[in-house]
Amino acid sequence: MVAPSRKKLLLIGRSGSGKSSMRSIIFSNYTAFDTHRLGATIDVEHSQLRFLGNVTLNLWDCGGQNSFIENYLTTQRDHIFNLVEVLIYVFDIGSQEVPKDMETFKRCLDNLQEFSPNAKVFVLLHKMDLVRVDRREQVFNATMMTLHAHANEFKFQLTGFATSIWDESLYKAWSAIVCSLMSNISALQSELETFAKVSSVQEVVLFEKTTFLLVAHATSDDMDSSSQADPKRFEKISNIIKSYRQSVSKLRTQLHSISLLSNNCVAVLEPLTSNTIIMTVLPKHSADTNMVISNIKASKTRFEELESKSNDLP
Amino acid sequence: MISQGTREQKILLMGLRRGGKSSIRQVIFHGMQPIETLYLESTTKPTSEKLSSLANFVIEEIPGQVDVTNPEFESSKVFKGASTVIYVIDSQDEYLLSLQNVVQVISQGYKIDRNIHFEILIHKVDGLSEDFRLDTKRDIIQRINDDLVDIGAYDADVTFHMTSIFDQSIVEALSRIIQKLVPELSSLTQLLDMFCMRTGVEKAFVFEASSKIYLATDSSPVDAEIYQVCSDFIDVSADLGGLYGTSANTGNSDGREFSTSRFNNGSVICLTRLIKGCLLVCLCTSETDNKITLVEFNADVFREGMEKIYA
Repeated sequence: MVAPSRKKLLLIGRSGSGKSSMRSIIFSNYTAFDTHRLGATIDVEHSQLRFLGNVTLNLWDCGGQNSFIENYLTTQRDHIFNLVEVLIYVFDIGSQEVPKDMETFKRCLDNLQEFSPNAKVFVLLHKMDLVRVDRREQVFNATMMTLHAHANEFKFQLTGFATSIWDESLYKAWSAIVCSLMSNISALQSELETFAKVSSVQEVVLFEKTTFLLVAHATSDDMDSSSQADPKRFEKISNIIKSYRQSVSKLRTQLHSISLLSNNCVAVLEPLTSNTIIMTVLPKHSADTNMVISNIKASKTRFEELESKSNDLP
Repeated sequence: MISQGTREQKILLMGLRRGGKSSIRQVIFHGMQPIETLYLESTTKPTSEKLSSLANFVIEEIPGQVDVTNPEFESSKVFKGASTVIYVIDSQDEYLLSLQNVVQVISQGYKIDRNIHFEILIHKVDGLSEDFRLDTKRDIIQRINDDLVDIGAYDADVTFHMTSIFDQSIVEALSRIIQKLVPELSSLTQLLDMFCMRTGVEKAFVFEASSKIYLATDSSPVDAEIYQVCSDFIDVSADLGGLYGTSANTGNSDGREFSTSRFNNGSVICLTRLIKGCLLVCLCTSETDNKITLVEFNADVFREGMEKIYA
């Protein structure tokens, strides 16, 4: 018997930086507006989330008030930092106490090095919407530079994302985080590429069903070269479909599939396996979506096999 | 018969300052998020919006500072040619002053053209509790009607709507207001009724694509949820298409377009592009594969029917 693999994710950052808000949006279908209702997280909130069916994400949302942080770093440190797969550190980009944030960040890395030296570290520079649009990139680069400078005594590779709950950037960051935990992504990826080639479609995108995070995508060469497609399209699709799904729930039912035939694009969004949704984009002016839909149905078993494989790996 | 389609229909948007006129304009015509309207500046100059679809509408916002009782106010110039006056009353505020003002507006407009539709929006009702909402509505209607009888304008065409920009009630109200100005409404409704009956479709709307106001619907009652989901699906199909294409202005292109969204309970929403920047969106509750084809075919027939009406 194979037990579903468990992955421990630590979500840390100072109080009010937006940790619980992002968790609620990604995993509990909150809208950005709903997060106003959330109160402060007391101590650690554990949530178990299934991703692609077989992987259980054990998300530790650590309350960020000073006394809690002090506890995590002293008395509870073996409990908190043991067996961590991913550390997600959230910085409030508008924070007034940057030196203190950096200090805490360093202490966290220090503990992580001791207890889980193989963990991956993601830093999210959050609340980017508060920074003026033309300065965002500059602010992001400057802050990442400071962070790298602070972290260079540790051997962790930092991956940084600029995020905001008010746009799709959050989905991009979380897709990267969650996919870094999946062992079978590359297999899914190559399967998608085959699928794209066989069905001669422009693009295939695979999403996880409940969170609608991007799992993998394959893009044909002739579409890569044309710059018409939006580079942020995957996160945007997650965002659009997720809010549409909320709206559909008013009719007391759930979204099953979408098929789109317009001047700009011909696309099909269909459930693939019980955990994934696939979106295929066909060349413009191709009128027949039925072939793709049957191809999707035909490849269902193959993808199911691949998904369950994540169990076998250590 | 003289076709009214070529003439511009003038709609005036009036009300005291800080009543919510500009917010309505921004939310409906510029896709602003309702919450962002808090930061709108007060409007000082008359501003107008154009809505060209089945008929050409011009929506003119008259700033709240303009005093209609002032002798310098050229009421004849303002009301001349207007088909509708939308008057916005802030229901969360002390509205007695608004009521005085609205009666003056009606009496002046009524003198100039007896056929003007007066549409009173009892606005910002999202802030009132359920019971209080109805009391406020009754109070406002009572007072306005009493005053109108006093000035002898009892047969003025006055309609009341409860609205808020935070839900679909404002689009719903504007849809009803604008529908009165679509000269071919009865033919469209008949056509839609026929479409629904023959195709076995639950509900069908003709939307104006950019503002998502519905210009016509079949004669069955409108369910707010169905309307909401249909209108959201327009967004979804436009947004998804926009990610892969260049031509963002779908308004002019009369190319073929057919999108569907299926649900787990078997119902489907179908969307097709009609003429003049309109979309036909319909909900079928029992779906079979043949049904979709039927909808697609009948939607084409519907489009042809519309082309004939507007030829």
